[in-house]
Amino acid sequence: MSNPATLAVTAAGADAAAGMMSDPRGARPRKILSRRNIFIYGTLTVVALYYLLPLYVMVVTSLKGMPEIRVGNVFAPPLEITFEPWVKAWAKACTGLNCDGLSRGFWNSVRITVPSVIISIAIASINGYALANWRFKGANLFFTILIVGAFIPYQVMIYPVVIILRELGVYGTLTGLVIVHTIFGMPINTLLFRNYFASVPEELFKAARVDGAGFWGIYFRIMMPMSLPIFVVAMIIQVTGIWNDFLFGVVYTKPETYPMTVQLNNIVNSVQGVKEYNVNMAATIITGLVPLLVYFISGKLFVRGIAAGAVKG
Amino acid sequence: MIFTALVVFLGGTIWTIVYSFTNSKLLPRLRFVGLDQYDRLWSTPRWLASIENLFIYGILSLILSLLIGFILAALLDQKIRFEDTFRTIFLYPFALSFIVTGLVWQWLLNPDFGVQSVVRSLGWDSFTFNPLYDQRIVIYGLLIAGLWQGTGLVMCLMLAGLRGIDEDIWKAARVDGIPMWKTYLFIVVPMMRPVFITTLVIIASGIVRLYDLVVAQTSGGPGHASEVPAKYVYDYMFAAQNLGQGFAASTMMLLSVVIVVVPWAYLEFGGRDRRV
Amino acid sequence: MASVSIRNLDLSFGDVKVLQNLNLEIEEGEFLVLLGSSGCGKSTLLNCIAGLLDITDGQIFINDHNVTWEQPKDRGIGMVFQSYALYPQMTVEGNLAFGLKNARVPRDEITKRIKETAELLHIEPLLKRKPAQLSGGQRQRVAIGRALVRDVDIFLFDEPLSNLDAKLRAELRVEIKRLHQQLDSNTMIYVTHDQIEAMTLADRIAIMRGGAVQQLAAPHTIYDKPLNKYVAGFIGSPSINFLDGTIEAGTNPVFVAGDSRIGLNRYEFSNGGTMPEKATFGMRPEHVAVGEQASGQPFTAEISIEVVEPMGADTLVWSHLGGQEFRFRIDGQTKLSSGEKVIIGFDPARASLFDADTELRL
Repeated sequence: MSNPATLAVTAAGADAAAGMMSDPRGARPRKILSRRNIFIYGTLTVVALYYLLPLYVMVVTSLKGMPEIRVGNVFAPPLEITFEPWVKAWAKACTGLNCDGLSRGFWNSVRITVPSVIISIAIASINGYALANWRFKGANLFFTILIVGAFIPYQVMIYPVVIILRELGVYGTLTGLVIVHTIFGMPINTLLFRNYFASVPEELFKAARVDGAGFWGIYFRIMMPMSLPIFVVAMIIQVTGIWNDFLFGVVYTKPETYPMTVQLNNIVNSVQGVKEYNVNMAATIITGLVPLLVYFISGKLFVRGIAAGAVKG
Repeated sequence: MIFTALVVFLGGTIWTIVYSFTNSKLLPRLRFVGLDQYDRLWSTPRWLASIENLFIYGILSLILSLLIGFILAALLDQKIRFEDTFRTIFLYPFALSFIVTGLVWQWLLNPDFGVQSVVRSLGWDSFTFNPLYDQRIVIYGLLIAGLWQGTGLVMCLMLAGLRGIDEDIWKAARVDGIPMWKTYLFIVVPMMRPVFITTLVIIASGIVRLYDLVVAQTSGGPGHASEVPAKYVYDYMFAAQNLGQGFAASTMMLLSVVIVVVPWAYLEFGGRDRRV
Repeated sequence: MASVSIRNLDLSFGDVKVLQNLNLEIEEGEFLVLLGSSGCGKSTLLNCIAGLLDITDGQIFINDHNVTWEQPKDRGIGMVFQSYALYPQMTVEGNLAFGLKNARVPRDEITKRIKETAELLHIEPLLKRKPAQLSGGQRQRVAIGRALVRDVDIFLFDEPLSNLDAKLRAELRVEIKRLHQQLDSNTMIYVTHDQIEAMTLADRIAIMRGGAVQQLAAPHTIYDKPLNKYVAGFIGSPSINFLDGTIEAGTNPVFVAGDSRIGLNRYEFSNGGTMPEKATFGMRPEHVAVGEQASGQPFTAEISIEVVEPMGADTLVWSHLGGQEFRFRIDGQTKLSSGEKVIIGFDPARASLFDADTELRL
């Protein structure tokens, strides 16, 4: 229970007090503003401000009018709050090809993310469940390949996948992208589920088998209810991963099926016309909103998710 | 299904490697030209610039994110108040995509409105920090954004590692009268070696794939000053219609990842499996 | 002169009082065991003595020197932990030397002390090895060595044997006892939840519960004359029998439980003879005689045997006395079977009688 922090905090206090009192008793006097505390909280606060700064600037910029942006600096709070940039970013911003805003990309992303997440988790969990209870020859090699596979740069696989999608006739469609996300999310999620299911005591399976449950019975009635957290973790990985994806989106879709990130990049980095920084920032926030919401709602599970999902491309 | 994925992964990878020895242009064609594509690759200034950029970015990003991540984790591990708040703040950028990250920092580093203009308006007229339009330092502009996005992850991994250290070790070190910095340096950090290695591999494999951030923040510019290999691959495959070059470049990327990951996977998983 | 003296010690974490107004005097060269079940505050107290935890109020003296606010390293203590807490990437030698190097002890002095310590603990062959290459018992020896090498007066042991298997535990227990005999001026404070360790090692045992010392006494005193019902029940295995009943006061007081009437003439009342109406009568299973041996005892009764648990050297028998569960231990050679009726007997002088309300010894 002890901890170097609290201990050293008091160390500073002890030194200061030792000279003053000859008969120490009671708790060591703690100075809230000890040098140590100032250092720790000072450093953390400064770093925290650095981390928050971009978010602050995004929000502030998106609420200003263009004239105000041109005269002021990026950190100044808006003198006159306007939601016009948000409306424009959502409904009217131009990508160079069309001018119907981010809404199209948003709905594309939703239509990509929802089925991809559901399908990939369903498949990965069943795979993981089967693999956890099915020890086969070369299993170790198989899992090593799986892990290494998770590290392979996608660049070496994107072109062959283009060919496959063309053959299937889904190149450039949302369906195609859903397939891509499902396949590429497979190794890490399978691994995640397999490791989780492998940690479930084997006696539980045996007991269920004795009680007459079959493969699916055990999966649906025993494993699934008891592994809710891991499903949430997998969902966090997949939702943020797929929503934030850019490479697959730009390679496998066409302008009308672009996911949000691709569309956002086109809006902001399009060379035509006057740069509307406030609209750009509003668009950027809107795009970041879904993963941010996932992050703030899921809290500690997110941390678990990133530790597991960090290996993912 | 998982096997399908493996077949696509392995098959696709092998396919790309095979075709990297051909002179495919607009369409893949099996006309082998030996190592020609690689010769051309390594004599293309843009590729060499990409590699150099990746090197600078990679090494600095590795060192700084490990260092900052560990220090932040160590500070958070001091039984402080508001630990959750701080952790939430340090980690939220990781939830954002590289596209969002790149665009925000593009705006923050905008020479006319961003950091440079703000500092100048405070009275320091000669202050110059314009990474996005200065070929020499554009890579540092990317680094700032990359660190902002990724350090939270390193911090989390490090914090988990620190929390895994036996409390008694700290007590023993205190009874032995070992100063805290020495305890960290000589006892805790060596104990966390596996965490460091895993983190290193994760960061390194992320660096090789660096793409979205560059596209969003600098589009590879100014000139080719912030080009990276992943972007080279994409541009040659889908824009320049020179598939062979793209395949060769992507194979080089794969090679570098293999060099990083395979020894680690062997250490990490080969050893563990034998015990099971 | 007390070696360690704890005065009016309080410790709270927030609103939770972990230790309350605790006083403890430990003599020089004494082996004191802090015994209690988990959460009783024994390890916390040890951490306070070590200076690893900040106390809320009170004072701690070591060798008559007020160390309440001293750093652990300046208190003249060495500590041994349950998880050994060896520095994994250093050799055994490195582990022993690390603290000394930090204290800027001269190099040849370090070498000398490591040599002496290694000899004392028989770990010379292990000096070049790393902790991962050692067995649990060897690791704990090294951990003890790390405390010894510091050349201090006070040794603090925090459940040092709990991570070892039964056989090794017994071995190291003897080792620690031998060590204490060799270093007879060194004070040892030893935390454990294992009553056998406590009984075998201690000069005195402090039984703790809820952050307070229940009884501080020599092992046999604690065993024979527990100060309250908790201590009586905690010490002894199989645990003591408790019979709830009433006392008929008078010149010949009698304890009544159901149909059993136990005369208390021979019982030494420690509280001056005020007798509550309700009381609990405690009798250790090993102090009950059976059959022929029972006939000479001041109290006898006929009981019927319900369950017999042979354990090799002796046998534990379950039955009822005065309508309440009653166990007794007999020689393993004596053959009894369930359903059988036998005469048992014991001497009430060996009993412990507690007030049913205050649970204190009468």
